[in-house]
Amino acid sequence: MANSFSEPARWRDLDKLLARCGNIVGPGFEPSPQLRQEIGEFARVLVVGAGGLGCELLKDLALSGFPNIDVIDMDTIEISNLNRQFLFRLQDVGKSKAEVAAKRVMERVSGVNITPHFCRIEEKEIDFYNDFNIIVLGLDSIEARSYINSVACSFLEYDSDDNPIPETIKPMVDGGTEGFKGHARVILPGMTPCFECNIWLFPPQVKFPLCTLAETPRTPAHCIEYAHLIKWDEVHSGKTFDPDDPEHMQWVYTEAVKRAELFGIAGVTYSLTQGVVKNIIPAIASTNAIISASCALEALKIVSGCSKTLSNYMTYNGVEGTHIKVTEFVREKDCLVCGPGTRIDLDTSTTVSQFIEILGEHPKLLLSKASITHRGNNIYMQSPPILEEMTRSNLQQPLYDLMGKVPKDTVHVSGMAENNGKKSSSLRKLCVLFKGIAAADVATQMDTAGNV
Amino acid sequence: MAAESKTKYDRQLRIWGDQGQTALEKASICLLNCGPTGSEALKNLVLGGVGSITVVDGTKVEKHDLGNNFLVDEASLGQSKAKCVCAFLQELNDAVKAKFVEESPEALIERNPSFFSPFTLVIATQLLEISLLKLDKICRQSNVMLLVARSYGLTGLVRICLKEHDVVESKPEHFVDDLRLHNPWPELKEFAKTMDLNVTDPVVHKHIPYIVILIHIAEKWADGHGGCLPTTRQEKKEFKDLIKGYMINTDEENYKEAIESSYKVSLPHGISSQLRQIINDNNAVEVNSASSDFWILVAALKEFIENEGAGEPPLEGSIPDMTSLTEYYISLQRIYQAKFESDCLAIEHRVRTILKRIGRDPDSISRAFIKNFCKNTRKLTMEYSNTILDIYIQENEGVRIEDNVVEASDDACNEVIYAAASVVRCIRSLNFCLVSILSPPNGYSLQVCRYRPLEDELIYPAISELQKYMTDEDFSFSVSFYILLRAVDRFTANYNRFPGLFDKNANTLLKLYSEMEEDISRLKTIAVGVLSDSGLHGSTLAEDLINEMCRFGGAEIHPVAAFIGGVASQEAIKLITKQFVPLNGTLVFNGIDQKSQVLAV
Repeated sequence: MANSFSEPARWRDLDKLLARCGNIVGPGFEPSPQLRQEIGEFARVLVVGAGGLGCELLKDLALSGFPNIDVIDMDTIEISNLNRQFLFRLQDVGKSKAEVAAKRVMERVSGVNITPHFCRIEEKEIDFYNDFNIIVLGLDSIEARSYINSVACSFLEYDSDDNPIPETIKPMVDGGTEGFKGHARVILPGMTPCFECNIWLFPPQVKFPLCTLAETPRTPAHCIEYAHLIKWDEVHSGKTFDPDDPEHMQWVYTEAVKRAELFGIAGVTYSLTQGVVKNIIPAIASTNAIISASCALEALKIVSGCSKTLSNYMTYNGVEGTHIKVTEFVREKDCLVCGPGTRIDLDTSTTVSQFIEILGEHPKLLLSKASITHRGNNIYMQSPPILEEMTRSNLQQPLYDLMGKVPKDTVHVSGMAENNGKKSSSLRKLCVLFKGIAAADVATQMDTAGNV
Repeated sequence: MAAESKTKYDRQLRIWGDQGQTALEKASICLLNCGPTGSEALKNLVLGGVGSITVVDGTKVEKHDLGNNFLVDEASLGQSKAKCVCAFLQELNDAVKAKFVEESPEALIERNPSFFSPFTLVIATQLLEISLLKLDKICRQSNVMLLVARSYGLTGLVRICLKEHDVVESKPEHFVDDLRLHNPWPELKEFAKTMDLNVTDPVVHKHIPYIVILIHIAEKWADGHGGCLPTTRQEKKEFKDLIKGYMINTDEENYKEAIESSYKVSLPHGISSQLRQIINDNNAVEVNSASSDFWILVAALKEFIENEGAGEPPLEGSIPDMTSLTEYYISLQRIYQAKFESDCLAIEHRVRTILKRIGRDPDSISRAFIKNFCKNTRKLTMEYSNTILDIYIQENEGVRIEDNVVEASDDACNEVIYAAASVVRCIRSLNFCLVSILSPPNGYSLQVCRYRPLEDELIYPAISELQKYMTDEDFSFSVSFYILLRAVDRFTANYNRFPGLFDKNANTLLKLYSEMEEDISRLKTIAVGVLSDSGLHGSTLAEDLINEMCRFGGAEIHPVAAFIGGVASQEAIKLITKQFVPLNGTLVFNGIDQKSQVLAV
């Protein structure tokens, strides 16, 4: 298998970039006829998402000379995917996206090895993500991007001068599309802004005020949201609305029509009901192809060094003419995710359970149900039950002791963080200092902080 | 549309609607060369459900195709590439009629020009200039749209070649709603009068729609300012303060919206300069039995604006959501809708009269089409693309551009073109390039000449624009790549191979090195020639980029091809659906730092 993949005749075109020297290349580029083979041996790529971008990415990466790829996606194939997710056919509806996509690409590109993971991204151990040289994101949700970003940033370590240690940088390439528009960006944690540094690029979703829905509806969307957010709960006490259940959707649609008739509002359709309730983002094949291609090209350049890389955010807009713009965003100095870590001062006597309480109250963190790891050791795990049981006895022990009595170190905590009133899983890096142990160290730190 | 198709196409129907989808399903597309660039472009269109495709390629699948083209696989080795690509495309969507022709596009262009006339759109990939010139001419003659796509190492380009393209639904993202607050019609004014801004019921007070608030206050303002509405910054500020004065509570959303939208009362009357250009186009002024439906509608629009419209285009008829009691909002909606309907009716009447006058069936344009046109009149835009032939006019003797442009046979034609090109530059800022030269120099027969332009100017020097690109850091890579891509074509025409692409005998590193050096210096010489032909004497290109072009050696790198093919398919959709505004110029892809640019001068 590996032999058929690495056959030189097949890679005549790609080898022009990898085997020939150039003057506009990345740092450390060492062109040689063997470079492609070396990349094949050491490089492992993770594609997060096997949807519109993911399908394209798997194809693009396989044909960019990456023979070892993993793909993770929890979704199953739906009919409405078929207008752009070209690895899927009608008979695949209902099957795992990751599994079908991996199989199709392996069938067509002989020698490529794609490992599918049909699960939620949070289900994987953090260390799973550390095995990859690069992570390419083809997602449509802010929460999922935020999670993967926090995981990749958690591997980042800083030296004593707060400079990122190069071997710990986990590069990410992120793509996103909506209709005729899209973006591709390169994230080198510690070097370029991480997803969280520029989270403001994604404006919060507009919500209708409840009083408008209840008292003065004017648009079809108001009628639909009334049925979805108010009427459903009134009628189905306790039963959760499931947007993927066609009967639930039909009920919302019928109620929305009734309400619209009552107020003389025109324009409620089933399609609009789905769009509003599921917040459907329009998507087309061409834009996904453009954005994925950009991301795959960046991945190839980052791993091989065969050219410069995007620095660091490209937007594509084909609505009115065609506009491509590259913006160099800057890091957020105090980023909670990619910075050296949120500093927490503790007493040497602080127990793990007290520490968990502190995390929940810390204004910058607001992290509930925290699980804690230190240098790969589980200090306390909320789940699965077996791990919880194993680590439960640590709750009453001082964290200081469990951390091997070091004066200052990095601790990773994961749990539910509150953001704009919404809870989501997140992983945070903390810089824990024990009071009175490293007085000199702390003093220096404070000085530096003051100078920034 | 069948329920299954509705579901399958749901995510795109939300963008271009049933009308756009129908246009796609009627379209027939011809692809020239099915390497990765072409295959990827067509793949995206087949997924979206175009009517039919024809893949033209004369080569067999070789080993190297397996390294960059997903649409062929190991079983395809030795077989017709067109056949294999076509078979995979068919697998993607069985609603599409897929055909292939095993012939080289160059030969087809040379020997069978009429082959292209049945298509809606031709996508020409990886063709050299010399073939593109001929193809452009063929497509123009038979009114077939042409998209050119090229991938080359870490660069490439996409351009559109058209006689004329009209966008009916440009769907701009930021467009001011058509509320006519600057010029309300009687029914709207009357409705506003039924409401009292000083109403004592606080619930009603905070639910008066801002349209009504602004009409009231604008009238009050006009009374105190000799009938004028606020124009200066100071006046606009005072106007906002006047609105604020009516608030009884600081949390009244409707008043906040009124303040935010207060600029809408100061909008200029009448139509935009762009729309004026369109309605005054000769095509609209002189409609006849040969006129397209689009121009007949424009002619009717022109009559409407000059008569019933009293200088204004038909009302768009929709209003944005705003804080309001339901009944007020619904009443407003009805008032706007009624005005839209009556404007449409007037235009429809004019369309029917024009059709009768020019001897066509008065019902040959549907009411739905007229309505859609009316809804979008304010957003009408037109793009005139340059003909590739125009660019190279100087290189050929006895040039004759078909279809009412130029006939020339000596040096004087340059002057004609130069004159035309300079006029184009003057009015290009209006995004509308139409040149009418009634008395051309030296008596050459030139009536209407349509251009749009970077390339014209590369040869008929708009040196200042080009120099601006050459010195602008953001553009320097793209414009250099653009010139180098042309140089590569000249090189290839001379040596019958791409620079940096050597035969297998060059297997020692030393030999490779010396051949490479030789190609670099040849390409540099040719590029200097392209520069000076473009009027850029003395300009230089970065040595590093010339080296890169030779390093690329004509390679088609898959992700680059997927990008270029993706752009081509997105433009194809805009052209076919006549929705959204297509690429305006030549897109030069820069795969080095992704600072791609559209070069449009």
